[in-house]
Amino acid sequence: MREIFKLTVVLTIICSAAATALALVYNLTKEPIAYQQRLKRLAAIRAVQPDYDNEPDKDFVDLPAAKDKKGGDLTTRFYITKKGGVFTGTVFTVSASGYGGEIDIMLGLAPDGTITGIQILNHTETPGLGAKITEEKFIHQFNSKNLSNTNWALKKDGGDFDQITGATISPRAVVNALHRGLVLFRNDREEILTGKRG
Amino acid sequence: MGFFSEFIKGLWQENPVFRIVLGICPTLAVSTQLSNGLGMGLAATFVLLGSNVFISLIRNVIPDKIRIPAFIVVISTFVTVVDLFMAAYTPALHERLGIFIPLIVVNCIILGRAEAFASKSTVWMSIADALGMGGGFTLALTLISSIRELLGNGTLLGIHVLPAAYSPAVIMILPPGAFLTIGILLGLFNYLSNRKSP
Repeated sequence: MREIFKLTVVLTIICSAAATALALVYNLTKEPIAYQQRLKRLAAIRAVQPDYDNEPDKDFVDLPAAKDKKGGDLTTRFYITKKGGVFTGTVFTVSASGYGGEIDIMLGLAPDGTITGIQILNHTETPGLGAKITEEKFIHQFNSKNLSNTNWALKKDGGDFDQITGATISPRAVVNALHRGLVLFRNDREEILTGKRG
Repeated sequence: MGFFSEFIKGLWQENPVFRIVLGICPTLAVSTQLSNGLGMGLAATFVLLGSNVFISLIRNVIPDKIRIPAFIVVISTFVTVVDLFMAAYTPALHERLGIFIPLIVVNCIILGRAEAFASKSTVWMSIADALGMGGGFTLALTLISSIRELLGNGTLLGIHVLPAAYSPAVIMILPPGAFLTIGILLGLFNYLSNRKSP
Protein backbone atom coordinates (compact mmCIF):
# COMPACT_ATOMS: atom_id res chain seq x y z
CA MET A 1 0.00 0.00 0.00
CA ARG A 2 2.70 2.45 1.00
CA GLU A 3 4.41 1.96 -2.35
CA ILE A 4 1.28 2.56 -4.41
CA PHE A 5 0.74 5.75 -2.47
CA LYS A 6 4.25 6.93 -3.24
CA LEU A 7 4.01 6.08 -6.95
CA THR A 8 0.69 7.91 -7.21
CA VAL A 9 2.03 11.01 -5.52
CA VAL A 10 5.15 11.16 -7.70
CA LEU A 11 3.24 10.68 -10.95
CA THR A 12 0.62 13.25 -9.89
CA ILE A 13 3.31 15.81 -9.15
CA ILE A 14 4.99 15.22 -12.51
CA CYS A 15 1.69 15.50 -14.39
CA SER A 16 0.67 18.66 -12.53
CA ALA A 17 3.98 20.29 -13.34
CA ALA A 18 3.57 19.32 -17.00
CA ALA A 19 0.01 20.68 -17.06
CA THR A 20 1.11 23.98 -15.54
CA ALA A 21 3.93 24.36 -18.04
CA LEU A 22 1.58 23.59 -20.94
CA ALA A 23 -1.04 26.07 -19.69
CA LEU A 24 1.63 28.79 -19.62
CA VAL A 25 2.88 28.02 -23.13
CA TYR A 26 -0.68 27.79 -24.45
CA ASN A 27 -1.46 31.25 -23.09
CA LEU A 28 1.75 32.60 -24.54
CA THR A 29 1.12 31.26 -28.04
CA LYS A 30 -2.68 31.65 -28.21
CA GLU A 31 -2.60 35.15 -29.67
CA PRO A 32 0.13 34.56 -32.29
CA ILE A 33 -1.54 31.34 -33.44
CA ALA A 34 -4.92 33.03 -33.84
CA TYR A 35 -3.18 35.87 -35.70
CA GLN A 36 -1.40 33.47 -38.06
CA GLN A 37 -4.61 31.61 -38.80
CA ARG A 38 -6.41 34.86 -39.57
CA LEU A 39 -3.59 35.97 -41.90
CA LYS A 40 -3.78 32.63 -43.68
CA ARG A 41 -7.56 32.84 -44.07
CA LEU A 42 -7.43 36.43 -45.37
CA ALA A 43 -4.59 35.57 -47.76
CA ALA A 44 -6.62 32.65 -49.13
CA ILE A 45 -9.69 34.85 -49.55
CA ARG A 46 -7.71 37.59 -51.29
CA ALA A 47 -6.14 35.07 -53.65
CA VAL A 48 -9.50 34.00 -55.05
CA GLN A 49 -11.57 37.18 -54.72
CA PRO A 50 -9.39 40.31 -54.48
CA ASP A 51 -12.18 42.83 -54.99
CA TYR A 52 -13.05 43.90 -51.42
CA ASP A 53 -12.34 46.45 -48.70
CA ASN A 54 -14.35 44.94 -45.83
CA GLU A 55 -13.22 42.24 -43.41
CA PRO A 56 -14.71 39.12 -44.98
CA ASP A 57 -13.52 36.85 -42.18
CA LYS A 58 -15.91 38.73 -39.89
CA ASP A 59 -18.70 39.03 -42.44
CA PHE A 60 -20.07 35.61 -43.30
CA VAL A 61 -23.20 33.50 -43.63
CA ASP A 62 -23.39 29.87 -42.54
CA LEU A 63 -25.79 27.84 -44.65
CA PRO A 64 -26.60 24.14 -44.61
CA ALA A 65 -25.07 22.73 -47.78
CA ALA A 66 -25.24 18.97 -47.42
CA LYS A 67 -26.32 16.20 -45.07
CA ASP A 68 -23.89 14.07 -43.10
CA LYS A 69 -24.33 10.31 -42.62
CA LYS A 70 -26.76 10.75 -39.72
CA GLY A 71 -28.90 13.25 -41.62
CA GLY A 72 -27.59 16.30 -39.76
CA ASP A 73 -26.78 19.52 -41.57
CA LEU A 74 -23.24 20.19 -42.78
CA THR A 75 -22.88 23.92 -43.04
CA THR A 76 -20.76 25.82 -45.50
CA ARG A 77 -19.42 29.21 -44.49
CA PHE A 78 -19.81 31.87 -47.17
CA TYR A 79 -17.45 34.80 -46.61
CA ILE A 80 -18.98 37.95 -48.03
CA THR A 81 -16.75 40.41 -49.86
CA LYS A 82 -17.89 44.03 -50.19
CA LYS A 83 -16.41 47.18 -51.63
CA GLY A 84 -17.76 50.47 -50.40
CA GLY A 85 -20.61 48.52 -48.82
CA VAL A 86 -21.64 46.95 -52.14
CA PHE A 87 -21.69 43.15 -52.48
CA THR A 88 -18.81 42.11 -54.76
CA GLY A 89 -18.88 38.37 -54.29
CA THR A 90 -18.44 35.49 -51.93
CA VAL A 91 -15.73 33.02 -51.00
CA PHE A 92 -16.37 29.53 -49.69
CA THR A 93 -14.82 26.08 -49.47
CA VAL A 94 -15.90 22.95 -51.30
CA SER A 95 -14.50 19.46 -50.78
CA ALA A 96 -14.04 16.48 -53.04
CA SER A 97 -12.74 12.97 -52.65
CA GLY A 98 -9.56 12.77 -54.69
CA TYR A 99 -7.18 9.89 -55.27
CA GLY A 100 -5.39 10.16 -51.92
CA GLY A 101 -8.10 11.69 -49.73
CA GLU A 102 -10.11 14.86 -49.32
CA ILE A 103 -9.28 17.86 -51.49
CA ASP A 104 -10.40 21.20 -50.04
CA ILE A 105 -10.83 23.96 -52.57
CA MET A 106 -11.45 27.61 -51.85
CA LEU A 107 -13.66 29.19 -54.44
CA GLY A 108 -14.22 32.87 -55.13
CA LEU A 109 -17.33 34.00 -57.02
CA ALA A 110 -18.56 37.28 -58.43
CA PRO A 111 -22.20 38.24 -57.64
CA ASP A 112 -23.39 36.67 -60.91
CA GLY A 113 -21.83 33.29 -60.06
CA THR A 114 -18.72 33.61 -62.24
CA ILE A 115 -15.48 32.24 -60.77
CA THR A 116 -12.95 34.92 -59.82
CA GLY A 117 -10.34 32.39 -58.67
CA ILE A 118 -9.76 29.09 -56.95
CA GLN A 119 -7.12 27.79 -54.56
CA ILE A 120 -6.42 24.25 -53.43
CA LEU A 121 -6.24 24.53 -49.62
CA ASN A 122 -5.45 20.94 -48.61
CA HIS A 123 -4.83 17.79 -50.56
CA THR A 124 -2.98 14.50 -50.28
CA GLU A 125 -2.67 13.68 -53.99
CA THR A 126 0.38 11.94 -55.43
CA PRO A 127 3.34 14.35 -55.76
CA GLY A 128 4.26 14.92 -59.39
CA LEU A 129 0.96 13.55 -60.71
CA GLY A 130 -2.34 14.43 -59.01
CA ALA A 131 -0.63 17.11 -56.95
CA LYS A 132 -0.34 19.16 -60.17
CA ILE A 133 -3.90 20.35 -59.44
CA THR A 134 -2.23 23.04 -57.32
CA GLU A 135 -0.28 24.44 -60.28
CA GLU A 136 -1.29 27.75 -61.78
CA LYS A 137 -1.71 26.26 -65.23
CA PHE A 138 -4.45 24.00 -63.91
CA ILE A 139 -6.25 26.34 -61.51
CA HIS A 140 -6.22 29.38 -63.83
CA GLN A 141 -8.39 27.66 -66.42
CA PHE A 142 -11.36 28.02 -64.05
CA ASN A 143 -11.20 31.82 -63.94
CA SER A 144 -14.27 33.60 -65.40
CA LYS A 145 -16.11 30.32 -65.88
CA ASN A 146 -19.70 29.93 -64.75
CA LEU A 147 -22.54 27.44 -65.04
CA SER A 148 -23.84 28.72 -68.37
CA ASN A 149 -20.64 29.43 -70.34
CA THR A 150 -18.91 26.13 -69.67
CA ASN A 151 -19.40 22.39 -69.92
CA TRP A 152 -18.33 21.23 -66.46
CA ALA A 153 -16.25 18.13 -67.24
CA LEU A 154 -12.73 17.22 -68.33
CA LYS A 155 -12.01 17.21 -72.07
CA LYS A 156 -11.68 13.43 -72.07
CA ASP A 157 -15.17 13.26 -70.53
CA GLY A 158 -16.53 15.58 -73.22
CA GLY A 159 -16.19 18.83 -71.27
CA ASP A 160 -14.12 21.99 -71.44
CA PHE A 161 -11.31 21.50 -68.92
CA ASP A 162 -7.75 20.28 -69.50
CA GLN A 163 -6.86 17.14 -67.65
CA ILE A 164 -3.41 16.32 -66.23
CA THR A 165 -1.25 13.69 -67.89
CA GLY A 166 -1.13 10.58 -65.73
CA ALA A 167 -3.82 11.77 -63.34
CA THR A 168 -7.53 11.73 -64.04
CA ILE A 169 -9.15 11.24 -60.66
CA SER A 170 -7.74 14.37 -59.00
CA PRO A 171 -8.70 16.93 -61.70
CA ARG A 172 -12.07 15.25 -62.20
CA ALA A 173 -12.76 15.55 -58.46
CA VAL A 174 -11.85 19.25 -58.58
CA VAL A 175 -14.11 19.95 -61.56
CA ASN A 176 -17.03 18.12 -59.94
CA ALA A 177 -16.55 19.87 -56.60
CA LEU A 178 -16.46 23.30 -58.27
CA HIS A 179 -19.61 22.48 -60.21
CA ARG A 180 -21.34 21.50 -56.96
CA GLY A 181 -20.18 24.77 -55.41
CA LEU A 182 -21.59 26.81 -58.30
CA VAL A 183 -24.95 25.02 -58.06
CA LEU A 184 -24.96 25.63 -54.32
CA PHE A 185 -24.40 29.35 -54.86
CA ARG A 186 -27.14 29.54 -57.51
CA ASN A 187 -29.63 27.90 -55.15
CA ASP A 188 -28.69 29.90 -52.05
CA ARG A 189 -27.90 33.20 -53.74
CA GLU A 190 -30.66 35.19 -52.04
CA GLU A 191 -29.73 34.00 -48.56
CA ILE A 192 -26.07 34.76 -49.13
CA LEU A 193 -26.79 38.25 -50.44
CA THR A 194 -29.22 39.20 -47.70
CA GLY A 195 -27.30 37.40 -44.97
CA LYS A 196 -30.43 35.55 -43.87
CA ARG A 197 -30.75 31.86 -43.31
CA GLY A 198 -32.82 30.06 -45.93
CA MET B 1 33.84 9.80 -21.24
CA GLY B 2 34.05 13.56 -21.53
CA PHE B 3 31.50 16.04 -22.77
CA PHE B 4 33.04 16.18 -26.21
CA SER B 5 33.17 12.42 -26.81
CA GLU B 6 29.56 12.03 -25.62
CA PHE B 7 28.64 14.70 -28.16
CA ILE B 8 30.66 13.19 -31.02
CA LYS B 9 29.38 9.64 -30.58
CA GLY B 10 25.86 10.59 -31.66
CA LEU B 11 27.11 12.16 -34.85
CA TRP B 12 28.99 9.13 -36.12
CA GLN B 13 29.63 5.81 -34.24
CA GLU B 14 26.17 5.81 -32.68
CA ASN B 15 24.31 7.87 -35.27
CA PRO B 16 20.65 7.16 -34.43
CA VAL B 17 19.52 6.70 -38.04
CA PHE B 18 22.51 5.12 -39.80
CA ARG B 19 24.07 3.08 -36.96
CA ILE B 20 21.32 2.29 -34.44
CA VAL B 21 18.49 2.55 -37.01
CA LEU B 22 16.05 4.31 -34.68
CA GLY B 23 13.48 6.95 -35.59
CA ILE B 24 13.06 5.56 -39.09
CA CYS B 25 9.34 6.37 -39.37
CA PRO B 26 9.68 10.19 -39.31
CA THR B 27 12.91 9.86 -41.31
CA LEU B 28 11.12 8.05 -44.12
CA ALA B 29 8.10 10.31 -44.05
CA VAL B 30 9.38 13.88 -43.84
CA SER B 31 12.60 13.64 -45.85
CA THR B 32 10.91 14.68 -49.10
CA GLN B 33 12.59 18.08 -49.15
CA LEU B 34 15.55 19.64 -47.39
CA SER B 35 13.56 22.28 -45.47
CA ASN B 36 11.28 19.59 -44.01
CA GLY B 37 14.18 17.35 -43.01
CA LEU B 38 16.05 20.22 -41.39
CA GLY B 39 12.95 21.48 -39.56
CA MET B 40 12.10 18.02 -38.27
CA GLY B 41 15.69 17.42 -37.14
CA LEU B 42 15.82 20.69 -35.22
CA ALA B 43 12.40 20.17 -33.62
CA ALA B 44 13.38 16.66 -32.48
CA THR B 45 16.72 17.98 -31.18
CA PHE B 46 14.95 20.59 -29.09
CA VAL B 47 12.60 17.99 -27.62
CA LEU B 48 15.53 15.65 -26.96
CA LEU B 49 17.49 18.39 -25.21
CA GLY B 50 14.54 19.37 -23.04
CA SER B 51 13.57 15.83 -22.12
CA ASN B 52 17.16 14.68 -21.48
CA VAL B 53 17.90 17.62 -19.17
CA PHE B 54 14.63 17.29 -17.29
CA ILE B 55 14.76 13.52 -16.92
CA SER B 56 18.35 13.71 -15.76
CA LEU B 57 17.31 16.28 -13.14
CA ILE B 58 14.54 14.13 -11.71
CA ARG B 59 16.27 10.76 -12.24
CA ASN B 60 16.79 10.21 -8.52
CA VAL B 61 13.20 10.93 -7.46
CA ILE B 62 11.39 8.82 -10.07
CA PRO B 63 10.63 5.34 -8.74
CA ASP B 64 11.78 2.66 -11.15
CA LYS B 65 8.30 1.18 -11.61
CA ILE B 66 6.77 4.32 -13.09
CA ARG B 67 9.78 5.63 -14.96
CA ILE B 68 8.33 5.01 -18.44
CA PRO B 69 5.03 6.90 -17.82
CA ALA B 70 7.04 9.69 -16.20
CA PHE B 71 9.35 9.87 -19.24
CA ILE B 72 6.40 9.93 -21.61
CA VAL B 73 4.75 12.80 -19.72
CA VAL B 74 7.97 14.83 -19.81
CA ILE B 75 8.55 14.10 -23.50
CA SER B 76 4.99 14.84 -24.58
CA THR B 77 5.08 18.13 -22.68
CA PHE B 78 8.12 19.25 -24.63
CA VAL B 79 6.59 18.06 -27.90
CA THR B 80 3.43 20.07 -27.26
CA VAL B 81 5.53 23.12 -26.44
CA VAL B 82 7.39 22.74 -29.76
CA ASP B 83 4.12 22.17 -31.61
CA LEU B 84 2.54 25.34 -30.20
CA PHE B 85 5.60 27.50 -30.80
CA MET B 86 5.96 26.27 -34.38
CA ALA B 87 2.28 26.94 -35.05
CA ALA B 88 2.75 30.46 -33.71
CA TYR B 89 6.06 31.44 -35.29
CA THR B 90 6.81 29.12 -38.24
CA PRO B 91 3.31 28.36 -39.56
CA ALA B 92 4.47 27.27 -43.03
CA LEU B 93 6.88 24.64 -41.72
CA HIS B 94 4.34 23.60 -39.09
CA GLU B 95 1.81 22.95 -41.83
CA ARG B 96 4.20 20.90 -43.98
CA LEU B 97 5.39 18.70 -41.12
CA GLY B 98 1.80 18.33 -39.95
CA ILE B 99 1.10 15.22 -37.92
CA PHE B 100 4.81 14.36 -37.63
CA ILE B 101 5.39 17.06 -35.01
CA PRO B 102 2.98 15.53 -32.43
CA LEU B 103 4.40 12.14 -33.44
CA ILE B 104 7.84 13.15 -32.11
CA VAL B 105 6.35 11.82 -28.84
CA VAL B 106 6.71 8.28 -30.11
CA ASN B 107 10.08 8.82 -31.80
CA CYS B 108 12.15 5.95 -30.37
CA ILE B 109 15.30 8.06 -30.30
CA ILE B 110 13.90 10.32 -27.61
CA LEU B 111 12.49 7.64 -25.31
CA GLY B 112 15.57 5.53 -26.04
CA ARG B 113 17.97 8.26 -24.89
CA ALA B 114 15.83 8.97 -21.82
CA GLU B 115 15.90 5.31 -20.80
CA ALA B 116 19.43 4.41 -21.87
CA PHE B 117 21.28 7.60 -21.00
CA ALA B 118 19.57 10.53 -19.25
CA SER B 119 18.06 8.41 -16.46
CA LYS B 120 21.57 7.27 -15.48
CA SER B 121 23.72 10.31 -16.21
CA THR B 122 24.40 13.82 -14.98
CA VAL B 123 22.66 16.82 -16.49
CA TRP B 124 25.87 18.01 -18.12
CA MET B 125 26.49 14.67 -19.90
CA SER B 126 22.81 14.44 -20.85
CA ILE B 127 23.12 17.78 -22.63
CA ALA B 128 26.09 16.44 -24.60
CA ASP B 129 24.19 13.27 -25.42
CA ALA B 130 21.07 15.18 -26.54
CA LEU B 131 23.05 17.57 -28.74
CA GLY B 132 25.03 14.70 -30.27
CA MET B 133 22.04 12.45 -30.91
CA GLY B 134 19.87 15.34 -32.09
CA GLY B 135 22.72 16.54 -34.28
CA GLY B 136 23.18 13.04 -35.69
CA PHE B 137 19.46 12.77 -36.42
CA THR B 138 19.47 16.21 -38.06
CA LEU B 139 22.56 15.33 -40.14
CA ALA B 140 20.97 12.09 -41.30
CA LEU B 141 17.70 13.83 -42.21
CA THR B 142 19.59 16.61 -44.00
CA LEU B 143 21.58 14.12 -46.06
CA ILE B 144 18.57 11.97 -46.97
CA SER B 145 16.27 14.88 -47.76
CA SER B 146 18.95 16.66 -49.86
CA ILE B 147 19.39 13.55 -51.99
CA ARG B 148 15.65 13.04 -52.36
CA GLU B 149 14.84 16.67 -53.14
CA LEU B 150 17.73 16.93 -55.59
CA LEU B 151 16.91 13.77 -57.55
CA GLY B 152 13.13 13.90 -57.15
CA ASN B 153 12.52 17.56 -57.85
CA GLY B 154 15.81 19.01 -59.15
CA THR B 155 15.85 21.60 -56.37
CA LEU B 156 17.49 22.27 -53.00
CA LEU B 157 15.56 24.35 -50.45
CA GLY B 158 13.15 25.06 -53.31
CA ILE B 159 15.84 26.60 -55.56
CA HIS B 160 16.52 24.93 -58.89
CA VAL B 161 20.09 23.67 -58.89
CA LEU B 162 20.02 21.03 -61.60
CA PRO B 163 19.77 22.18 -65.24
CA ALA B 164 16.25 22.45 -66.61
CA ALA B 165 17.04 19.56 -68.96
CA TYR B 166 17.12 17.21 -65.95
CA SER B 167 13.83 15.42 -65.73
CA PRO B 168 13.10 14.77 -62.04
CA ALA B 169 12.79 11.14 -60.89
CA VAL B 170 9.48 11.59 -59.09
CA ILE B 171 9.86 8.20 -57.39
CA MET B 172 12.54 9.74 -55.16
CA ILE B 173 10.03 11.98 -53.37
CA LEU B 174 7.46 9.18 -53.16
CA PRO B 175 7.67 6.60 -50.34
CA PRO B 176 9.77 4.09 -52.36
CA GLY B 177 12.44 6.77 -52.83
CA ALA B 178 12.75 7.06 -49.06
CA PHE B 179 13.42 3.32 -48.71
CA LEU B 180 15.87 3.34 -51.62
CA THR B 181 17.83 6.30 -50.27
CA ILE B 182 17.99 5.04 -46.69
CA GLY B 183 18.83 1.49 -47.79
CA ILE B 184 21.72 2.57 -49.98
CA LEU B 185 23.05 5.00 -47.36
CA LEU B 186 22.83 2.35 -44.61
CA GLY B 187 24.77 -0.06 -46.81
CA LEU B 188 27.36 2.60 -47.55
CA PHE B 189 27.82 3.50 -43.88
CA ASN B 190 28.16 -0.16 -42.90
CA TYR B 191 30.72 -0.69 -45.66
CA LEU B 192 32.74 2.33 -44.53
CA SER B 193 32.75 1.38 -40.86
CA ASN B 194 33.59 -2.26 -41.65
CA ARG B 195 36.58 -1.14 -43.66
CA LYS B 196 37.78 1.04 -40.82
CA SER B 197 37.71 -1.74 -38.21
CA PRO B 198 38.66 -5.00 -39.92
